[in-house]
Amino acid sequence: MTIPFRRAALAAMACALALPALAETAPESTDPIVINGGEVELQTAAPAPEHLDGALDEIYSGWLFRDPDTQTMQTDDFENPGMIFVDQGMDEWNMVEGEAGKSCASCHEDVSESMKGVRATTPKVNKDGALWSVEDYVNDCRTSRMQAEALDWNGDRMKNLTALISMQSRGMPMDVAIDGAAQPFWEQGKEMYYTRYGQLELACSNCHEDHYGDWIRADHLSQGQTNGFPVYRLKDAGLVSQHNRFRGCIRDTRAETFPIGSDEFRALELYVASRGNGLPVEGVSVRH
Amino acid sequence: MPRHAAFTAAAALVAMASAMPLAAETAPQDVAYDDIGAIAEPLSETAGNPEEGAKIYADKGTGNCVACHAISARTDAEFQGNIGPSLDGAGDRWSVEQLRGIVADAKRTFPESMMPSMYKTAGYVRPGDAFTGKAGTEPLPPLLNAQQIEDVVAYIATLKE
Ligand code: HEC
Ligand code: HEC
Repeated sequence: MTIPFRRAALAAMACALALPALAETAPESTDPIVINGGEVELQTAAPAPEHLDGALDEIYSGWLFRDPDTQTMQTDDFENPGMIFVDQGMDEWNMVEGEAGKSCASCHEDVSESMKGVRATTPKVNKDGALWSVEDYVNDCRTSRMQAEALDWNGDRMKNLTALISMQSRGMPMDVAIDGAAQPFWEQGKEMYYTRYGQLELACSNCHEDHYGDWIRADHLSQGQTNGFPVYRLKDAGLVSQHNRFRGCIRDTRAETFPIGSDEFRALELYVASRGNGLPVEGVSVRH
Repeated sequence: MPRHAAFTAAAALVAMASAMPLAAETAPQDVAYDDIGAIAEPLSETAGNPEEGAKIYADKGTGNCVACHAISARTDAEFQGNIGPSLDGAGDRWSVEQLRGIVADAKRTFPESMMPSMYKTAGYVRPGDAFTGKAGTEPLPPLLNAQQIEDVVAYIATLKE
């Protein structure tokens, strides 16, 4: 009795080895996101960065994996519900607060000049050797230069500011540094990306590298790229920060997650950003 | 009864409960897998019920197999996943012993499989307390209990082409 089944199992395993159950499915089309009738065009695919060593052939925007209604919302800045928060971020930018009597604008003046490119190259190692996200730079200005209180990483005021700052890089390719001082952080993030966390023992790579294009029930898996962040998420009816997204994905593996704003998430943010090097910053994207 | 005595008694009960599961159930740490990952003996005394198994298969809170697998006959499930292979005909391809092994701990049949181990309680990286995001303490309750594994196995065994 057991012998034929054993053979069947061996045959199945041999077959699994030759043809692993990894079914990355390239999107049907890689049309660009055409915004405001052609004023802005964002590419949705790019060659995979070299450091991925062939793990992916091409990198894709999460936009390609969303349903047509959600996609359409991102093609017009009036329809994009995230843009309202960019406007609120502008109010925040000009708001004087703290003992020093200053606003962001007091030092940085025109956001469209001073913040251009920041989102595309962050997280990065600061002058003291620490890895900083955009949120860290914002809070450093607030506490040391404005003498105001730090903003909550995941609070609305911070998300509005990061949305405003992100918009100033819209269309610029993601280009975070991974060598030199950044390398140890990048290695740490990479290790996390491939760690199978929690009782479900799932790594980021299981879903977003091995199975993008596949469906987990009603969820169409993307490559989990971060060039669209902060995203306006229809499910939450609000902006979602990168660390909050990471927290949700790790929690869904029935794991103890890491705190938003932790060093671990900064490292993961750098590594995931580097997987998207070459994809344009989308400013504020719309996802479901 | 002094406080520490009550505590000790309670701790002893807990220890007993985890050391001696319900009569005639094989605890996760005691399951004997053979060299291809199959489990010869049923995990519970009561034979698996395929109808219960069919429910557990599609239930988000328990098996949630449907998140990753599809079965053509399951027109009741609105969305079916395609991470794993279609289970049509799985009852022809695998013996009951092998199905039991796959459902209990698929990684012993398919090394490195993405399929979660349903009857395993320890050895995790950052184990959580269900979906709270908070830390959990090993041994965690297994994703499915012994009877639920038997029920699901009985159901999958009915899938013949
Ligand atoms: C069990 C599967 C699973 C695992 C494991 C997982 N994710 Fe996700 N992730 C999803 C789903 C489902 C979505 C929503 C659909 C999509 O964009 O892929 C998502 C979305 C994302 C997004 C948003 C992409 C966008 O364009 O809006 C990012 C970023 C992301 N994940 C990163 C990660 C990282 C980093 C990890 C590991 C720490 C991880 N994910 C682990 C399932 C998973
Ligand atoms: C997160 C994804 C996931 C979940 C959830 C899942 N599986 Fe699987 N399953 C897989 C994958 C992937 C394979 C293919 C084996 C491999 O890894 O190579 C598989 C293989 C199988 C096989 C062998 C398939 C064949 O046709 O040869 C059976 C049977 C099976 N699973 C049953 C179940 C049952 C029953 C459940 C729920 C109790 C379940 N699976 C939950 C991913 C999953």
